[in-house]
Formats: sequence, structure tokens, C-alpha cells
Amino acid sequence: MTRSREHLKFLLNGEARQVTNSPPTMTVLNWLRAEGLVGTKEGCAEGDCGACTVVVAEKSVKNDKIEFKAINSCIRFMPTLDGKAIYTVEGLADAEKNLHPVQQAMIDHHGSQCGFCTPGFVMSLWAQYQNIQAHGGDKPSISDLQIALNGNLCRCTGYRTILAAGQAAYDRAAYDQAVYDQPAATVDRQELSQKLTAMENAEILHLPHPSSMFAAPKTLADLLTLRQNHPAATILAGGTDVGLWVTKQHKNLPEIIYLGEVAELQAMTTTADSLVIGAAVSLHDGFAAIEQHYPQMSELARRFASTPICQSGTLVGNIANGSPIGDSMPFLIALRAEIELIGAKGARRMPLEDFYLDYRKTALAADEIVAYLHVPLPPSLSLSLSLSLAKHDGEFTLKFATYKVARRYDSDISAVCGGFAVWLDASHRIRDARLAYGGVAGIPKRARAAEQSLLGREFTEASVRAAMAALSGEFSPLSDHRASHAYRLAMMQNLLLRFYLEHNQAAPLPRQATNVYAGF
Amino acid sequence: MTPDMTPPDMTRDLDGRSLPHESARLHVMGAAHYTDDIPEIQGTLYAAMGVSSQAHAVIEAMNLEAVKSFPGVVAVLTAQDIAGENNHGSILHDDPILAKDLVQFIGQPIFAVIATSTDSARKAARLGDIKYQNLPPVLSPHDAHAQKSYVVPPMRLRRGDVAEKLAAAPHKLSGTFSVGGQEQFYLEGQISYALPRENQSLHVYCSTQHPTEMQMLIAHMLGWPQHRVTVEVRRMGGGFGGKETQSAQFACIAALAAHHTGRPVKLRLDRDDDMMITGKRHCFYYDYSVGFDETGLIQALKLEMILRAGYSADLSGPVATRAICHVDNAYYLSDVDLAAFCAKTNTQSNTAFRGFGGPQGAMAIEYIIDDIARHLGIDPLDVRHRNFYGKNAGAKNAGQGRDTTPYGQTVTDNIIHDLVERLQQSSDYRRRRVLINDYNKNSKFLRKGIALTPCKFGISFNVVHLNQAGALVHVYGDGTVLVNHGGTEMGQGLHTKICQIVAAELGITPDRVRVTATVTDKVPNTSATAASTGADLNGKAAQDAAAQIRGRLLPVAAAMLGCAESEVVFANNRVQGGGKSIGFNDLVAKAYMARVQLWSDGFYATPGLHWDAASMTGKPFFYFCYGAAVSEVTVDTLTGEWRLDRVDILHDVGRSLNPAIDRGQIEGAFIQGLGWLTTEQLVWNDKGRLMTHAPSTYKIPASHDCPPVFNVALYEADNAADTIGRSKAVGEPPILLSFSVFFAIRDALAGLAAGKGSSPPLNAPASCEEIFRVANGFKAV
Ligand code: FES
Ligand code: FES
Repeated sequence: MTRSREHLKFLLNGEARQVTNSPPTMTVLNWLRAEGLVGTKEGCAEGDCGACTVVVAEKSVKNDKIEFKAINSCIRFMPTLDGKAIYTVEGLADAEKNLHPVQQAMIDHHGSQCGFCTPGFVMSLWAQYQNIQAHGGDKPSISDLQIALNGNLCRCTGYRTILAAGQAAYDRAAYDQAVYDQPAATVDRQELSQKLTAMENAEILHLPHPSSMFAAPKTLADLLTLRQNHPAATILAGGTDVGLWVTKQHKNLPEIIYLGEVAELQAMTTTADSLVIGAAVSLHDGFAAIEQHYPQMSELARRFASTPICQSGTLVGNIANGSPIGDSMPFLIALRAEIELIGAKGARRMPLEDFYLDYRKTALAADEIVAYLHVPLPPSLSLSLSLSLAKHDGEFTLKFATYKVARRYDSDISAVCGGFAVWLDASHRIRDARLAYGGVAGIPKRARAAEQSLLGREFTEASVRAAMAALSGEFSPLSDHRASHAYRLAMMQNLLLRFYLEHNQAAPLPRQATNVYAGF
Repeated sequence: MTPDMTPPDMTRDLDGRSLPHESARLHVMGAAHYTDDIPEIQGTLYAAMGVSSQAHAVIEAMNLEAVKSFPGVVAVLTAQDIAGENNHGSILHDDPILAKDLVQFIGQPIFAVIATSTDSARKAARLGDIKYQNLPPVLSPHDAHAQKSYVVPPMRLRRGDVAEKLAAAPHKLSGTFSVGGQEQFYLEGQISYALPRENQSLHVYCSTQHPTEMQMLIAHMLGWPQHRVTVEVRRMGGGFGGKETQSAQFACIAALAAHHTGRPVKLRLDRDDDMMITGKRHCFYYDYSVGFDETGLIQALKLEMILRAGYSADLSGPVATRAICHVDNAYYLSDVDLAAFCAKTNTQSNTAFRGFGGPQGAMAIEYIIDDIARHLGIDPLDVRHRNFYGKNAGAKNAGQGRDTTPYGQTVTDNIIHDLVERLQQSSDYRRRRVLINDYNKNSKFLRKGIALTPCKFGISFNVVHLNQAGALVHVYGDGTVLVNHGGTEMGQGLHTKICQIVAAELGITPDRVRVTATVTDKVPNTSATAASTGADLNGKAAQDAAAQIRGRLLPVAAAMLGCAESEVVFANNRVQGGGKSIGFNDLVAKAYMARVQLWSDGFYATPGLHWDAASMTGKPFFYFCYGAAVSEVTVDTLTGEWRLDRVDILHDVGRSLNPAIDRGQIEGAFIQGLGWLTTEQLVWNDKGRLMTHAPSTYKIPASHDCPPVFNVALYEADNAADTIGRSKAVGEPPILLSFSVFFAIRDALAGLAAGKGSSPPLNAPASCEEIFRVANGFKAV
């Protein structure tokens, strides 16, 4: 195996730092606060409030450009910062204590009341500001701001003032030039890039803390070796769930293998027939790539989780986790996505739906990892289908949508999530149907009986109503604090109806007529 | 949709200026210190609590060996370790700090673990081995009511002859409905940091709205005189009522631990513990009968309200009182029979939350008026108009009709007619009503609704003696000023307003004035910063102190300027008179040399208040705040999802001390109220365990819940009462403005409800599921 290194190296507010002897599950938040950087707050320790928001800058695997990402420091483990740059609220003003435009705008527009959420909001705004400046972009729309801030809760202001501040930060006229043009407003990317490059090396981070092991392999080969040598190790990717095992369940994680540094898994590639997403690719990047081919999932991508969670968490992690309430599985199952497991005995591929065996039980073997997600591209999806039906009788049209129902628009776990795909032949007959749901059974699940009832029939309201009726025979969702059994069942049916209303041939309704969030 | 994000109206310049929050710069730099940010003293220990896993049980045995032997644990404390009174209840003494023999809800603290790290303490706290003998829990307020089990005796307010008027009324309706509770969800959780000091004393930093009560309860617990305990708070990361009494348990435990170990002890609650342990806004269940005529004029109202008090009294009594005193909202109710029952349940002890029962009381009459309007087929706004307090009410015409509240106070400052009229115009309510009807005719699945709801809210503590405040103002030799007062800063901008008040009184700019932390060793015997009275009471006290200093400076200034005292003007950091001008600093320097006292105390007690708790009558309020809001929503009948399209608010804050801060309070309260009535739902399972105890499961409004059009204006009029700068309180009243969202949703559903003339049986919170249930006449299983 590659040579290893026993300490962390990263940039903190531009300064190089080395950390030794920090327990691998030490969160960034706790470390910062112990260092005296108490501007970053804890509001929940579970990634849901944004009081702990800090910004991580790293080079994009895609193009080597620097990306600034707001993250939840409360559930992020220290070793995952290795080789990156981290910024906290203390680092934004310049040496003369001139404020950054986002800070000044927050004051001018009365964006803070109790102020406890404010550092988090400032960091989210600052990350957005850095990314916009780098791309020469314009000031963000209110909607852009709402998305950038959807992981920051404020109990005092009601948000309007913060959104107003978010825009005003870009209004040069509103600011004294001297304040605005100070160097600190936009991070010098070239300099940062050099500093990050200087930290790069081939060593594997391998922290031999007395009570635990943390390894961050850089190649798939090394990852697999580690996986075999430590079959009980926790596999850590974005940490948006594993973080909570530590902060909320107080679990000890004696062995951790982090796959965020594995080059092969950071990759996202497009083959002739599919999009291949590696296990280290974030939800944000993964969704963005899928959205290019399937724009119908863009609302789900916005509502899936907060921006910081989507920037930390990985798409494959969401899938591998095996939670019955993950929002990515229903639509991926509907789209015939496959996953690739790699282990000691080599790689194997399986349809995503076959991965889930039972509540929190998957087909993953002890020596394996979920390495890739394969999402078929639209043309190949229809083609392979027509081939598989043996009798190729012309082009099929794919109708696809995915919806979720939750208590709140932003960052909420679904009561029900549905992914629907039907393939119609030239005479509008349904040649194949895949209806998959989350939140309604122990695993993400296809509605086989409802699918069956659609096959061969025309895509009409009557057919869809028959499928809706079939759902109630097939599913018996739980009642819990999110929703009752009856509501879940009704939503399974009505989301399918909405799919029909929006996608039927005869008189499809625009989203504005079926979805209150169409304008968001 | 083009979002309207116009900044607050800065042009309106009464006395008040829209200065930023005094800590705004610190907030945005992360440099504002909250209790957990105070640099720790070496040797600090950390506490966590072991809590009950049963809703109602006798503790038969407790084995804490595993807790004690956990690495890092220094001490484990139980009720046995409390020398004085084991109680943190403020009114009735029914709240054990640590449960002794009996546990009364899941989450009730039983023991405290003190360890060298928070992590150790929290891990060890889970290892307690407690044997319970279960008793039957009472989990629903209805069950408690059926058993007549209350935390305080039932309350009743009657006026006129309801039975007779109901019988005679041309129309009669009766019904039931409910509103849910609400978690405060201050972003900064409960925290206390207790430091042993010399000669048997303690200094406790505590995130609390009520330092004096913390001091008192700690002293009682330790069996100490009060002067050995000092409690300090610079700022809170939000309070909303949740840190009025409920910070006490943690202040007491931290103090107990510091006393026992002789070391500083910090107790910071994890969010889940915070939500599992502390009380919330009371949920209410209503049962009413109302009689009215064909115009919707109410002739008699009988209303029963059952509140979920939880396991102990806490503030439930005063909350119920305020609810009863707000059932009238902006309406004259001639004949009433109002009752409130504080049901004792085996759940968290419910407490203060912005509005303090007022919103729940006012919600009742708005719901009933909505029902009347649907029944008669009249626009609800017209029924509201019909029932408003008399238009000519005013000091001159007092007592001449339709101007006396059910509890006997004459409304002398009524502006609701004009305010609603203006809002109706500016929001274009009537035209939009027509457009919405058209939309609904043409839309199959989505429906729109609109509602205009008014608010009237009484200002003052319902308990007369609490309406007092003190302040200290120091002018230093260099002319800078330090203010200390009894109010606490929780984000509402109180310290900013106090700065402005003192600066104005002394004729200096606010940057020369600094407000310091609230500490019990400076201004003693303070009331909680609550009931929206913070600026009213403390502002007057601070002004009193500053005025005294100014009075002492006056002769010195007159002598320096060589003019009469009456000619001296304090303004812009200068003092002028007789054609001359000197710097405020120079005046102060001179006064010091002349041995003039440059500091002063100030005091204020609200005049004219009286209240008789037995008959529930008197004059509990110094004045009323008014306001109104129009909300428009779109509801999806297929899923129950909805969005808020537009909000227009006109709200009365008297002559604003700081329009930006007041607008911030209005908007914040509105969105908070919207959360209460829609997305925020508290769910207990059948064992009594709260299932929604973190932001992952309990959903407060987020960025997309801010409406794209959010027009907020201040109603420009001086307070008729002699308040500080003729301003009005602003913290709580605008919570009521969020009713407009709930009733807009109900309006959207109205056309769908079974049978003409009936009202959608929508309860709050109007979650997507609740909306869907009503939209589809569909019963949740
Ligand atoms: S503390 Fe709430 S998201 Fe991190
Ligand atoms: S300002 Fe208090 S939570 Fe945002």
C-alpha cells in the first residue's frame, strides 16, 4: 500500500494548519470551538439548522477550478478536511476589520436579530458570493438565495431581511467603493490554488488514534485492501448520516474508511448508454448531471435536502444507506438505474431495486463497497427496452416524473416520494411501467401490481385510476409522526394521478395547474 | 412572480431612527458572545441529565453505578443532594429540579452527571438503571378534563345572560376545533454556566429572560439568602418565552453541581434533550356555541377551552387568563361565558411562548366569526367589521356602548376601523376576492383563498406587580455612557432601543451609549422580559435615570453658557444656550470637577392597572396594540400542499422607536405564527414520548416559506397612553397576524366542503395532511 501520513493538513482561514492526535470522529464544529473560534454555533448537531455552517474550498475533480461549499460543521469529521481550505466567520473581515459585503449588507438590511443563526447565514452567503464572483455571474435572484439558504434556519427574522441583504451585497452602488473593493471580498483563487497544490501528495491519511482507526485511501485498489483487512469498518463518504451516529446516537466508530479521496470514485463519466456516478460524487453534482438528461427531477433535487447537505452528502451514499425514506431511489429505480458493487472477487452490477432486501438490509457483501451508480441515458433507456421486449415495433416515448410530499418545501423528509416512468408506443399504449415509492414500506419499492395493471393499456385516466386502486391492495404504509397510513396511501395514488395529468397525450396540464411549487 | 423585497421604509422619521441592532456588527463577525462562547475557566466541568423513560411512574430503585464509573465522570447528583427546596416552579411549587420518587413525563430529569467533558457526561447519562413501577399516564387533555384533573382550578369569565341571549338569537351555531402547540425553537438551546465564587457565593451565566427568578430559585434550592447568587445574561440566541421560567431547571442543576464540586460547571442541552424536557406553547381545544343575527352580529358566546398544561402548573394559569382576555380580539362581545381548563397531562410542562395564550384566545373568535360568515354566506371580512369594538370609542365617549371588554376594561384607543379600512384599500382585498373566485372556477386541482384578519392585543403583565422596572445610567468622565437595566436582550432589539432612548435624553449620539449585560447585582428584583413590555418598562426607567442626570447637568451647563437653564438645549453631543455651544464631554468634565453625581438609577411602574383574579375583571392592560393582515394562498387539493402568494400587513406600533427593528419583529412574528399554524406539529406517541424533538422532525419555517410579496407597513399614530416616546410594544401582537394565513387556507377549501354554507373543519396546524383531509372529506386512520 501507499505510504501513509499521521496528521491532518489544511488551510484555516488562509493559514496552514497541522493537526495531530485528534480523534477521527472529532467534528469540525467541536474542534473549531475548542480552538477558540466560537463564532460558529451549534443549533442542532444533526445538519438541520445551519448555525454551524462553515465553507470548504477545494479543487473540483472535473476541471481543477476551486469550488466553495457551505457545509454543516457539526456532522463533518475533522480528517475529511485534509488537503482542503476551510473558512469560518472569523476569517471574512480583513485585518482592518473591514467587513465583507455580505456582512455589511446583513447589518444594513437588519438581517440579524438574536444573531445566533447569523454566522451560518453569512457563511452560506459568502460561499455563494465567491462562486458567483469567480464565474463572473450577476447578483443572485431571490430564488437563488432561497436555495443557497435553504439549510439555514432563522427563528427570529422571517427571512425577508436576509434575502434582501443577500441581494444588496452585490449592489456596488450601495457600498462605499473602499469597502467593496478590498481584497478580502473575493478570495484570490490563484494563490489559494497554489496553496492547495502545495498540500497535495500521494500519502494516505492514516490516523492511528489509540481508540480508533481512520484511513483515507486514494485509489480503489487501496480502498479494497483496507476493506478486506477491516471488514467491520464503517464506510464513510459524505458523513451526512454517519455524522449523526456520533453526535446523536453517541456511537463509537472504532474503524473508519473514508472513500472521499479515492480518485476513481470521485469521477463522473458518460458512456454511450449511461451516466456513471462514483461513490464520492456529491448529491449536488450527481443531481446536476442527472438533471441535464432528466430535467423532470429538478424540483426533487431542490427539495431533496439543504444545499450544505447536498454538497457534503453523496448520491451513492444515499443509495447505499438503504434507508426506506431516501428520495433518490424511487426515481432511479423508475429509470432502471443499476449499481456496481466492487469487492475482493471483482465487480458485479445489479438493478438498483434488487439491492434492497429488507428494512435496512442490502445485498452488499462484507468485502464490497457500492462503487458506482449507472443511470441510463434517455435514448438508450428506450432502446434497450424495445430490444428487451424482443419485438421492436417502433420508437417508444418515455414519460417520466418524480415527486415528493413533505410537511415543508425545504429540506424535509418525505411522507411519500414517488418515481414514475412509463414507455408508450406509437398508439399510446403502455409498453412498460415502473412505479417506485419511498416512505411507504421497509425498503424503496416498486408497485408491481399497479405496474402490471397498466401494461398494454392506453395511457388514459381510466388506466391510471385502475393502477391507483391496485396500489391500495399492494401497500400498507405505516402511520408515524410524518403522516398517517391513509394519507400516505392517498399520496401514492394522487402523485401517480398528477403524473398522468401532466404527461398524458390528450390534454396535459402545465405544472402551474397541478403543483403549487411550480413557480419556486 | 416578482418578489417584492423593498427594504424597510427609512423615510418615516418620528423620534425613532432605524439604527441597526446594537450587536449587528458582532453578529455578522461571529464576535457576539453567547453563554457557551464565554471563555471557560480552567477546571470547568460539564453536566448532562439522566431522564425518565416513562410517562408516569414511581421510581422503585435507582442504580447509578455504571454512570459513576464511566470514564470522566466526577459526580452524579440526585434529588438527595438538594439541601434546600427541590423546586423550580415559579408560581406553584410543583416542579422538581430532579425527580425524587415520581416521574411525570418522558424526558423528566432524574439525575445529573458531572464529567470532564460534555461527551462523557452525555454518554454516562444514558447508563442509569432505573426500576419503575408504572402508573396509568394521562396523555390527552380531553382525558384529563374528563377526570377533572387540572394543574390550577378552572377559570370562568361571565358577562350578561348567555343562556337567554343564545335562546333568543335568530341564528345559532356550535362546534369544536383545535390549535396545536408549538416548540419555541430558539436557535441557541438552554444553557447555564455556574462559577463558584468566594465566601459561599455563585455567579451564574444563564441564557434566560428572567435573571431574578433564576437567582431566587437557585438560592432556594441551596437554602441560601438571595444575595449570594448573581445571575448574568448578555444576550440570548432567541427566547420567545421558552427561557422565561424554563431556563430555571438548568440554572439550578448547573448551580447545584458547581456548589457540590467546587468547580465551574456548564450545562448545555443538546437539541433533542431541550425539546424532550422543556415546555412549549399550549395546544387548545375549543367547544363553542354562538348566537348572532342575520348580519353576523354576535349576541352571545359560550366557549370552553381546554389547554394542555403538561405535568405541572408553570405559567399555565396566567396563560389561560390571557387567553380568556383575548377571546374578544377586536370585537365587542356583549354576553359571554368563557371557561378555561388547564388539563394536567403526563407530558412536558407547557409554558410561555410569544403571545402567552393571547393568540390561542383570539384564534377562537376568529374561527367562530369565520363559521358565522360561511353560515350566512357573507364575506368573513364583513362579519368582522360588523363586530368590531365601537368606532367612537375614545376617552371622551367612554362607556357609551360597544367599548367594554368582557373583563370590564374600557377600550379607549380603538383604531381598528381605520386601520382595517386602509389595509383593505392598500391590499386591494375586494378586487382580489373577485379574481380568486374566478381562478377557482377555472382551476380543477389548485384553489386560491384570501383572508383579512385583525388583531388587538393588550399590553402589560396581567399580574399588576410585575409591571415595574429599574435602570442604572452611568456617565463617565469622558462623556461616554453605560446603561444597565432589568430587561434582557434576546434579539428583539431592546438594548438598541434603550441606547436610543438614553442618547436622546442626553442629547448625544447612540454610539456614545453602551448597554451592558443584565446582571442581578446591578438592577435587582426585575420582572421577566416578557409580555412585550421590555421597552415600555425598561425604556421608561432608563429615561428616568438619564433625565435625572440631565437635570443635574443643567445648572452646570447654564453657568458655563451664561444663560438661563430653560434656554439650554442638549443635542448632537453638544449643549447650547445663550448663543454659545459647548461639547457634552466638556460639560461632563466640568460637572465632575464640581462634584455633581454623574450616574443615577431610574424606576418605572405602569400606572392605573388593577386586576381581580377571582372575578376576572379589572384594567389589566395599559393600552392595546392593533394590526391587520391579508394573506393569499394557493392550495393543492390533490396533496394538501400549499403556498403563500402574498401578504400585506398594516401594524400599529405607536410612534416607532426604531422602524426597522419594529418591522423585523412584525415579520419575524408573522412567519413564526405561520409555522405554528401550518408546518409545526408536535406528535407524542401512545406511550407519551414526544416524537418530534429535533429540526429533522419538527419543521419551523425555512427560506421558501417567506412569501414572494411581503408588504409590511407601520400604522402611523402616537400611542394614546403615555408610553416611552408614545411608542407601543411590538414583540407579541403580530403573532396574531398569521391567522390570515390559516383562514386563507380555510377560505380556499370552503368551496369544496360538503354542503353549502358549512365551514371546512380545518384544525391547526394546517399541515398538508390536514388540508388534504379537509379537502377530500377524508378521515385520517
Ligand atoms: S448545528 Fe444545526 S446544522 Fe449543524
Ligand atoms: S436572528 Fe435569531 S435565529 Fe436568526
